Amino acid sequence: MEVEKTITEISYLWLIPFFPAIGAFISGAFGKRLQAKWGKAPIIAVSVTLPWISFVIALVAFIKLLGLDENSRTMVTHLWTWFDVAGAKAGMAFAMDPLSGMMTMIVTFVGSLIHIYSIGYMHDDESFWRFFSHLNMFLFAMLMLVLGDNILLMFVGWEGVGLCSYLLIGFWYTDVNNAKAGMKAFVVNRIGDFGFLVGFFILFWAVGGAWSHASQSGYTMSGHFTITFRELPAMMDAIAGKELWGIPVLTLVGIFFFIGATGKSAQIPLYVWLPDAMAGPTPVSALIHAATMVTAGVYMVARFNFLYIHSPTAMTIIAVVGVATAFFAATIGVFQYDIKKVLAYSTVSQLGYMFVGVGVGAYWAGSYHLLTHAFFKACLFLGAGSVIMAMHHEQDMRKMGGLGKVMPITKWTYLIACITIAGFPIASGFYSKDEILWQAFNSDYLLVPGWSIWLVGFIAAALTSFYMFRSYYMTFTGTTVKVHGHEPQEQKPVITIVLATLAMFAVLTMVLGIPQWLTGANPVLEHFLAPVFEAAENLPKVFTGEAAHHIEPWMALASIAVATLGWIVARWLYKDRKNPLPLKLKERFSGIHKLIYNKYYVDEAYHATAVRGFLFTGRAASWFDRVIVDGMVNFTGRIGQGLCVIDGLIDKYIVDGAVNLLAGIVHFFGDQLRKVQTGKLPSYLAGFALGLTILIVISQFLFDVYA
Amino acid sequence: MDYETTSQLLTWITFVPLMGTGLIAVVLLLKPVVKFSKGFLDNFSRAIAIIGAGIPLALCVALWSQFDSSNTGLQMVHHLVWIQAFNIEYFVGVDGLSVTMVALTGIVSFIATIASMPWGIAKDDDHHFSRRSVPGYMALLLLLESAMFGVFVAQDFFLFYVFWELMLLPMYFLIGIWGGPRREYAAIKFFLYTLAGSVLMLLAMIAMYFTSSPTTLIDGTKAAHTFNFVKLAADPAIRDMGLLWGMDLAKMVWIGLFIGFAIKIPMFPFHTWLPDAHVEAPTPISVILAGVLLKMGTYGILRVNFMILPDQTVWARYGIAVFGVINIVYAAFVCMAQKDLKKLIAYSSVSHMGFVLLGMAAFTPQGISGAVYQMWSHGIISPALFLIAGVIYDRAHHREINGFGGLAKIMPEYTALMGLSFMASLGLPGLNGFIAEALCFLGAFPVFTTLTVIAASGVIITAAYYLWTIQRMFLGPVNEKYKNLNDVNWRERLTLYPLIAGMLFLGFYPMPVLNMMNNTLHTLVKPLANAIGL
Repeated sequence: MEVEKTITEISYLWLIPFFPAIGAFISGAFGKRLQAKWGKAPIIAVSVTLPWISFVIALVAFIKLLGLDENSRTMVTHLWTWFDVAGAKAGMAFAMDPLSGMMTMIVTFVGSLIHIYSIGYMHDDESFWRFFSHLNMFLFAMLMLVLGDNILLMFVGWEGVGLCSYLLIGFWYTDVNNAKAGMKAFVVNRIGDFGFLVGFFILFWAVGGAWSHASQSGYTMSGHFTITFRELPAMMDAIAGKELWGIPVLTLVGIFFFIGATGKSAQIPLYVWLPDAMAGPTPVSALIHAATMVTAGVYMVARFNFLYIHSPTAMTIIAVVGVATAFFAATIGVFQYDIKKVLAYSTVSQLGYMFVGVGVGAYWAGSYHLLTHAFFKACLFLGAGSVIMAMHHEQDMRKMGGLGKVMPITKWTYLIACITIAGFPIASGFYSKDEILWQAFNSDYLLVPGWSIWLVGFIAAALTSFYMFRSYYMTFTGTTVKVHGHEPQEQKPVITIVLATLAMFAVLTMVLGIPQWLTGANPVLEHFLAPVFEAAENLPKVFTGEAAHHIEPWMALASIAVATLGWIVARWLYKDRKNPLPLKLKERFSGIHKLIYNKYYVDEAYHATAVRGFLFTGRAASWFDRVIVDGMVNFTGRIGQGLCVIDGLIDKYIVDGAVNLLAGIVHFFGDQLRKVQTGKLPSYLAGFALGLTILIVISQFLFDVYA
Repeated sequence: MDYETTSQLLTWITFVPLMGTGLIAVVLLLKPVVKFSKGFLDNFSRAIAIIGAGIPLALCVALWSQFDSSNTGLQMVHHLVWIQAFNIEYFVGVDGLSVTMVALTGIVSFIATIASMPWGIAKDDDHHFSRRSVPGYMALLLLLESAMFGVFVAQDFFLFYVFWELMLLPMYFLIGIWGGPRREYAAIKFFLYTLAGSVLMLLAMIAMYFTSSPTTLIDGTKAAHTFNFVKLAADPAIRDMGLLWGMDLAKMVWIGLFIGFAIKIPMFPFHTWLPDAHVEAPTPISVILAGVLLKMGTYGILRVNFMILPDQTVWARYGIAVFGVINIVYAAFVCMAQKDLKKLIAYSSVSHMGFVLLGMAAFTPQGISGAVYQMWSHGIISPALFLIAGVIYDRAHHREINGFGGLAKIMPEYTALMGLSFMASLGLPGLNGFIAEALCFLGAFPVFTTLTVIAASGVIITAAYYLWTIQRMFLGPVNEKYKNLNDVNWRERLTLYPLIAGMLFLGFYPMPVLNMMNNTLHTLVKPLANAIGL
């Protein structure tokens, strides 16, 4: 049944990304001087206030969106035509539908909160202004990504967040390792972006790859050509049959876009940059490398849901890569000692879950996990940041312990977030993760059986619970450590308020996703997002109706059971740090420990193959250019010189006598002429003018003769 | 139909700089009579240079506003008989392709002139190019500007050729006299290499001339042959020149022209003169070289090969595309191994000019518009890059990428300008380079699927070499040796900020430039696209 949809034009969506952009400009261009003159106050006034203004506008727009008819929740602001070349047209336009509305709310709200937190975290940094400028710029780019009306505008944000990520990872750039981590992030992301671009070319080619010369002034695209998200779904059936290189176009497009997502959202094989990205300040890790930017890949796949449902192959790849990443990263997380590294691998793992969700066609579940993860992971990272500050920038959990007694708010918020991510039904994380696992189990559309994906994700869930509680017990329980002879202190309210708010939302967002078997109604968020994902409504399932209702609660119970198991084992091994077993196990299985602790040596393998191969190709090309290509040029020059020498020898020895005389004459005139060669430009110019005049006179004369 | 004179604007744009050259020459000739001081002569010629580059820039604004972009033919035509005996006309005019290039020339030349001023150069730095033989330098700079304008406005092949050759002379001296340590090698290499290309072009031109059908000149006299671009393009005799030594003459002419232009682009394997020329040339000359001169190669291909020999262009399109892709990927890899900042930027120019070749070879509207927009966009970005290399060279007197470190701490404003320009060059969306690259790719993909994918992998290599350069020069611990370097001064700001503003503006709103060129270009590729069944 075709539902009548209308689009609402509104005028102010552009203000949402605009205000952070202004903040970035002011703090970036004048921040240094402002800070030198008036301290941090003007920077805060500009760069922290503007994101909040942006949040308020987003909220107003979002409320307006909610007020619209359920099936017509799309609002558009068109500013100007970005470019238009014979039908290849992209508008500078922003659009808010339920999905981008949800994203906008997450980005502006969590983003603005983290700005507040950063006031405390970056308090003593001399480049305070630069930090806030970059952070504002990040918000701008992220909002472009989310609100952009077409694929290319999304790509502006896509690369923009990558740039900001690069700048902020290398924020403390005088340490060359931080600079290198930033570079790694950008270059690895560029590999993904290459995939994104190729996917885009193929899609462009598929929807409008032929031109007709309809008008005098040039071309029009044959067919209805568009790169706007709103208009693309209608084109899918028409291009579903097309093939390129013998592969269906939509599969190809889906895979290439997913390559882009593996870069941005740190999935196998391009996840390697994210753990290194922890070199950046902790608020950056929370905002960019946990809550928002890294979820862009999930957002994109959800955005292209109408495309992916045409390709079970691409969906299978996404789900398998997602679940493999979820498991793989979780195993690494178990063995890390750096608290931020634990959270980094946890993020990679949780992103894997999100991809399982969008991969099996449960787009709303993936999006919901994106939302809950934004709160609980931001809370965890900021809690870790609070700990790191208290520990004077010590990140090794082995040197921590007992912080719970001196930092109660940090402890409690961290614990709540742990409960959320581990999957206990008193907080949101359970509902989102469980929905993903259930939907994977129940999926009958992929090329692999749904239960196989579920099983791996299920085991990874146990690991998640274990490593999170491990980090909690190692950090907060036991005897309180002393740093420089003092006990660590709880942070100022500017930090703790943010922690508390995030923890509160981590719990409260559970109301959005309470499943049908508990309430009898579809989850709120599923209902809200349904118009965006309508194409995916009728994907085949293993169990439907009553059968599903009977199985689902048991699956949920099983999830709670493994989460509890992970928690109990972590508590037994690490509570109060008294149990000697972990150390013994580590010695007993030192080989495995070393392998996993060193992240399976993937970085080293990449370095030995891809990076070195790359640099070698560069050197080889340069050698070829210098020695072969340029060598040929110089060789040709030499031949020319050689011919002259031979010519000279002939001159000297063969036509000697006769030429000697001539040479003498030439020599004489040469000597005379050399006097003209004064090396002074005026006389050259005079000579030039004189010569020109003579030539003109001569030619005039000749032309008169022949004309 | 023949184009009647409608305006003398282009003649003024072209010859105002040359008048400046003349004025400087006159004053120099008077020097033995009137005892001018060196200081007066230097400052006088500097002032003339700024005026001589400023007036054409102002006239370019007028040209831009008067140009009717819906008209695909020539506009602002000035058309006279020049040398009647050989049917040579003085015929200048602009279409959508030329007008953008003329404007670019005006902008880049003016910025290069500002960059030639000694403002902000340490007083004791007598060896700086801006203090050596100033009047000669300024005279040659203006002569070069005239020649460049001439190439882009000439619509008579002979006139085009005269301007093309005229350009070599000042360039040779500007590199050879005011350049770096190996300036003589670089200047001779540049001169001979380009001259070799010119010989091919000359032969092709003569072949075309003698093949062309009888016509009339603008004053009504009968002519057996013609150099007129418009008439050559409409002449069926040119498309089928018959055989020479058993080979298709038209194809030989096409190849000869193509190689002549390819040397200028420069296209692999004819590119090795460029890194040498750039490394030795003084900063403003590098700016002009990268910003304008390279575009003459691709401009020539479009103006002569595409417009006059369309059938042969269709025949050769795979060759153009393949060489374009080689340029993009090969030069990007070469960049990875460079140790001299200027050499790196020079190779990056080679890489970025490859996009132009790839885009134009596709004959799609996006491809051709992307190609010419890339010429524009590279004409804005590469001058900024060379100015940036010049800033550090003026201060540290070397450009070894590994010889710095932590410059971001010492020169924050410089770092920001550098970062923005590098990002524009690596095609960051939101800056102008991206629009050009994206259009080239979009246009090329439907025609050269696999080649385009290979070319697109260049975005990874480009990011790698630029970021690696940033990391080595600007990040990491501060190099104590350079901790007292000054940040950018007002002269450098005056040259860099307009370019940076252009990159941002044209990244978010490229339509003003695209609108100027679209109609002309799409009419140009229409028959070509028809021929390959697009």
